[in-house]
Amino acid sequence: MSQRIGRPTGIKFTKIEKRFGSLYALRRLDLEIAPGECLALTGRNGSGKTTLLRVASQLTRPTHGELAFLGLNASETPTVGYVSHAIMLYDELTAQENLLLFARLLGIQEPQERTLKLLEATNLAARATSLVRTFSRGMKQRLAIARALLQEPGLLLLDEPATGLDTESMEWLTGAIRGLRDEGRTVVMSLHGESSLSQLATRAARLDAGSLVADTHAGATFQNVFAVTGA
Amino acid sequence: MRILSNTAVLLGKELQTEFRSRELLTTTIVFILIVIVLFSFTFDPSVSESRRFGPGLLWLAFLFSASLMLQPCFLKEKTNDTLSALRLCVADPFAIFLAKLLANACLLLLVQLLLLPIFAVFYNIKVGAVFPQLAMVFLFGSLGVSVTGTALSAISAQVRMRELMLPLLLLPLLVPILISSTEATAALLEEKPTLRLDWLGILIAFDVVFLTALWLFGEYLLEE
Repeated sequence: MSQRIGRPTGIKFTKIEKRFGSLYALRRLDLEIAPGECLALTGRNGSGKTTLLRVASQLTRPTHGELAFLGLNASETPTVGYVSHAIMLYDELTAQENLLLFARLLGIQEPQERTLKLLEATNLAARATSLVRTFSRGMKQRLAIARALLQEPGLLLLDEPATGLDTESMEWLTGAIRGLRDEGRTVVMSLHGESSLSQLATRAARLDAGSLVADTHAGATFQNVFAVTGA
Repeated sequence: MRILSNTAVLLGKELQTEFRSRELLTTTIVFILIVIVLFSFTFDPSVSESRRFGPGLLWLAFLFSASLMLQPCFLKEKTNDTLSALRLCVADPFAIFLAKLLANACLLLLVQLLLLPIFAVFYNIKVGAVFPQLAMVFLFGSLGVSVTGTALSAISAQVRMRELMLPLLLLPLLVPILISSTEATAALLEEKPTLRLDWLGILIAFDVVFLTALWLFGEYLLEE
């Protein structure tokens, strides 16, 4: 899907706590994700999955605790790609204009070329000059993933990437994430229950009320992690 | 300097989207036009009255219309959470503010310059000879309004009753801009026009103080 892959970047959460007023979204959470791992994060609505991903992307500052990126030299800054519930794209710009805008902001060399490559990889080249507001949910999701891949991230965070996708788009997404995982990138995706995406995971963990309650690295089985979610 | 290239890219995006839709420009121009025309018809001012009250009326119209124009500045970034995408891409969050305030200042200045001849016709005031000086007052005035308004737009976008919150916060803060811009404009519209450097100095000081504050604390306004 891409040529230059950012160094696989792991992430370590140490006693991470996030409060919104009196509401605890994350409670002193410890979790270490090694470079190259593909983690499926599950849990009920409101269990803290989105907050954890936003803390990992550094969009949300934790109330307490420490966040560290693994697998990088001291001088390196992490390259993080983030796909959230919202598409994080401008409806009033075309697909190409959106990608070009973010590529230029990131200071990517030859942004035009990179943009076209990603549009082709996401099967959107034919609609490159169409406004994003005319896109279906599946097309928007593909473009959102293309945006997250612009800088060849070593760590990719996907927040419920399968939401609202039809079978065809789901097949594309599964293939794309498999490709990213096989390229050696660290992938963290929040999911609602088992799906074709959960089968790609090399590790699964479940959150409940802001705490980590099950982890295949701590003895839980994949079945265990997904069965109790019930979401 | 990645902050400057980020600002240039974002400024281009802001202007491109506005000139594509022309939503804000049209609304603002129509609003100010209505105020100018209605006041002119209601009071039918003489030349001396126009010189006395015209500048104040003009700047009040600019400020009210600016509060309309600045409302969607950060609100539109919430629709698809594009603000998060910008925060992930820019080297310094100040680039987001800088681009937005420059775009707002450009649009406001454009509106002011477009409407000045109409104001001159309705209020029977000659502005041709002092146009460059007036443009300078408009420039610093627009910049002050945009700096303050962009910062407050970022705050109001995150609170409830956000449509009411921006004008309520913005208009009292803009009193120094209103007074100094009005006085500087009035001095230029006198029979013997003068460029009042004292009022212009206050305008520039206001711009510098608020721009510095935004540079120092702007990052916190974007946090969740």
